[in-house]
Amino acid sequence: MAAVDNSIQIVQSQSPLREALRAFRQSWAGMLGILILILVILFTFAGPFFYPVDPFEIVWAPLTPPGAAEQAPLGTDYLGRDILAGLIHGGSATLYVGLAAGFITITIGILIGAFAGFYRGMVDELLMRVTEFFQVLPALLFAMVLVTLFSPTIYVIALAIGIVSWPTTARLTRAEFLRIRNLEYVNAARSIGARNQRIIWRVILPNALAPLIVAATLTIGIAILFEAGLSFLGLGDPNVFSWGLMIGAGREYILDGWWVVTLPGFMIFLTVLGFSLVGDGLNDAFNPKLRER
Amino acid sequence: MRMTFMVVRRLLHAFLLILAVLVLNFLLIHLAPGDPADVIAGEMGGATEEMLADIRKNYGLDKPVYVQLGVYLGRALQGDLGQSFFYNAPVLELVAGRAGATILLVTTALMFAIIVGTLLGVLASHKPKGIVSGLVTLLSVVGYSAPIFWTGMMLVILFAWVYPIFPIANMYDITKGGGFFSRAIDILYHLVLPAITLGIVYLAQYARLTRASMLEILGSDYIRTARAKGVSEIKVYGHHALRNAILPVVTIAGLQFGSIISGAVLVETVFSWPGLGTLAFDAILARDYPTILGILFFSSVLVIVANLITDFVYRLVDPRIRKEG
Repeated sequence: MAAVDNSIQIVQSQSPLREALRAFRQSWAGMLGILILILVILFTFAGPFFYPVDPFEIVWAPLTPPGAAEQAPLGTDYLGRDILAGLIHGGSATLYVGLAAGFITITIGILIGAFAGFYRGMVDELLMRVTEFFQVLPALLFAMVLVTLFSPTIYVIALAIGIVSWPTTARLTRAEFLRIRNLEYVNAARSIGARNQRIIWRVILPNALAPLIVAATLTIGIAILFEAGLSFLGLGDPNVFSWGLMIGAGREYILDGWWVVTLPGFMIFLTVLGFSLVGDGLNDAFNPKLRER
Repeated sequence: MRMTFMVVRRLLHAFLLILAVLVLNFLLIHLAPGDPADVIAGEMGGATEEMLADIRKNYGLDKPVYVQLGVYLGRALQGDLGQSFFYNAPVLELVAGRAGATILLVTTALMFAIIVGTLLGVLASHKPKGIVSGLVTLLSVVGYSAPIFWTGMMLVILFAWVYPIFPIANMYDITKGGGFFSRAIDILYHLVLPAITLGIVYLAQYARLTRASMLEILGSDYIRTARAKGVSEIKVYGHHALRNAILPVVTIAGLQFGSIISGAVLVETVFSWPGLGTLAFDAILARDYPTILGILFFSSVLVIVANLITDFVYRLVDPRIRKEG
């Protein structure tokens, strides 16, 4: 009886997911990234309860430096709005757009990459031509055009970011599918009569997930940078307070008050840093070859 | 013979991509909410009835869609990208007038990133756990996560207050006269901060890439043979290893050209560099659609041309591909 228990334990400790989780916990980059993200999320979502100031409200004299007035601990912007309130309230829009755009990017990328890599031949040829075409368009300019032609709402912005940034994911997914599609277990699934759709989504995709999860984490970071860039250029949603909007509104005043753009920019930097460190950590965890180095 | 065939095929491919970008522009005009004639005129609803009638006639907007597409492509291939009603000038003229500044900024930043990045990477590979390695990793993590326009603005603040040695805006000083030579020096002087801002992100990436491929190559047999023959370390690094380690950098730099142009849009806006980026920014404020679409088209053509050049450079650097044809 005891021997059976033992063998079960050994099997469990060798499960790739557990192994990866353990490796992730040992990676300082990954843990630091998680810590940063938790702090950013607490700041944005719990912050409003502790500091209930409306970011659009004018609270003090314009361009008050940090520490100069009790009413605005981190200073005010060019209209006299509280910077701290802006930092707290600007985070959720940035995070929502980043997550939504990241999700759209990954979904389009996986769909196109999976079909190209699985069916090969004409389908692959056609889809890869489309991918190549999208890679020729400078992504930010294309997103600017989309947002200008349609309207600058957070939905259009998220969709535009997704439309311009899926090719990298598609190429990655395709490469993984090309690698996996002829492995023995896929042939085994085919030989017991599994349909193509089942093989694509239930057999190959789960085995291609590791690099895709890493890519998804990094993609969210890139999407946040995109949203910030668009807002900076004046293409953010004017009705939603975001860090990018703060920078865009403050850019004319950087020489009058460094804090107006420095602080929201630092929040964006921290958030993206969090996502990319988590991505690094996951990469190490999923990749046993790299782990040894 | 094989070489000419390859060149012709590449050029044809590039031409088809350019056509595809034009088709995309056409689709965007028609998918946008509102009357296509209004979109072409720019300024939603601001155009006069006469102007709109003119546009409808010139672009054949009363005819079937495929005829419209044909007319649009035909005009664009003859260099007619439409008319900017905001600037009151042909879009091609506007875009061509600003493209030089962007190309100067982008190529300088790219050269800076490739040269300094490769050197740093080689230095880092010499001591894989040393200070330079740590610095490269730190720089690449930070450079990857910081919004590029924010980095630029931090440099503006730094160089406006703390060390006022570099100009923080514009391309040259209009109050300064002088001949061609002093103007060129002045432009280079103004180029320093924007080029560093744009280049630093890629510099760190190339350094990391060079470090990784150098480490791999330095462990290979032919390097051991060279060392055993008594080849000096400098020659091992510079002549034997670096030539192979630079290949991935060339590939990645070529692939990243589009993203560098995207970065240039933001950097130009920060430093008021008078290129396509600032033109796009102004055109968007004015809802000047023909100009915006013209910039998208022109910058895509730049990317296509850059990809062609990368392809040829790659063939020059890597003799194996040259033989395969």
